[in-house]
Amino acid sequence: MSGHIVPRRIYYGIFAALMTLTLLTVWVAFQDVDTHLWGVHIALNPVIALAIATTKALLVVLYFMHVRYSSKLTKVTVLAGFFWLGILLVMTMGDYISREWIKLPGN
Amino acid sequence: MSHSPEAASHPALQHHFDSMEQQHGATTLGMWLFLVQEIMFFGGLFTVYFVYRLKYFTAFAAGSNTLDIRWGAINTAILIGSSLTMALAVHAAQTGRRKLLVLFLGFTMLLGAGFLGVKAAEYHEKFESHHVPGPAFHLDSHDKRFQGVDASNVQLFFSLYFAMTGMHALHMVIGLGILSVLLVKSWKGRFSPEYNSPVELTGLYWHFVDIVWIYLFPLLYLVDRYHHY
Repeated sequence: MSGHIVPRRIYYGIFAALMTLTLLTVWVAFQDVDTHLWGVHIALNPVIALAIATTKALLVVLYFMHVRYSSKLTKVTVLAGFFWLGILLVMTMGDYISREWIKLPGN
Repeated sequence: MSHSPEAASHPALQHHFDSMEQQHGATTLGMWLFLVQEIMFFGGLFTVYFVYRLKYFTAFAAGSNTLDIRWGAINTAILIGSSLTMALAVHAAQTGRRKLLVLFLGFTMLLGAGFLGVKAAEYHEKFESHHVPGPAFHLDSHDKRFQGVDASNVQLFFSLYFAMTGMHALHMVIGLGILSVLLVKSWKGRFSPEYNSPVELTGLYWHFVDIVWIYLFPLLYLVDRYHHY
């Protein structure tokens, strides 16, 4: 018994989407997408780059890695993995970003 | 669930499983559990990267701007292409086409080797430019990209660059080793529509390594490009 057989045209479609997104991420890196929000200067380039990378990763996980067609147990396992990665990144960065906000003695 | 006697008595069925379905489900879950710990392993490297990028942004931007986007983009395309051929290899295994399976595994290995070749050329350029962290590390003081940045922080960027791309490349080398074993087994006709879990699980590993690069490319090559040009 083997896993779900994904039609080849889906693989070709995902490949085309991944290539297009790669070109898009290179192009957008050279564009001026900085913005100002309530007087705060915000560089949007890294945000867009990470959003594109996450879209690409999602396409790979769902279609190339068959998670869309997998059992609920596999889906929960994959989701738990990325959720834990999220905890690591969000809590660590939340700490480092907010350290500058309050001036404490010796800081 | 009912199983056909043929499937239950497949020679590839290990004695501790009741059926090929159960064996496939268990091995898929096992592979994903391995990949989840790989996510945490690379996650640690990415976290270090984000913390220091926040702290020394200008130095990271200067270091990133010494990397050649063309090579990075070409390698991204090569790796995405190898993921396509890997997916097509899995399809060939599932539909029992032995020659196509051998062919696509071969293509995947060629593209993987091409990626490592480009990486080697990039590393070579970094050694020549004295951008490799260590006693020989040196930044050209006339280069205006390095004006006003602390060299030790640029060195930190390159330490992370070599640690992350090096660990990624190591995974590629291991992947190539696994693929060469699969290539021989495929040639001998060991895989069939009934039994192809090794091909599918190697595919999962290969695609995971692709995902790591999908994040490495923008994070290492595309830092603050707009303000530097």
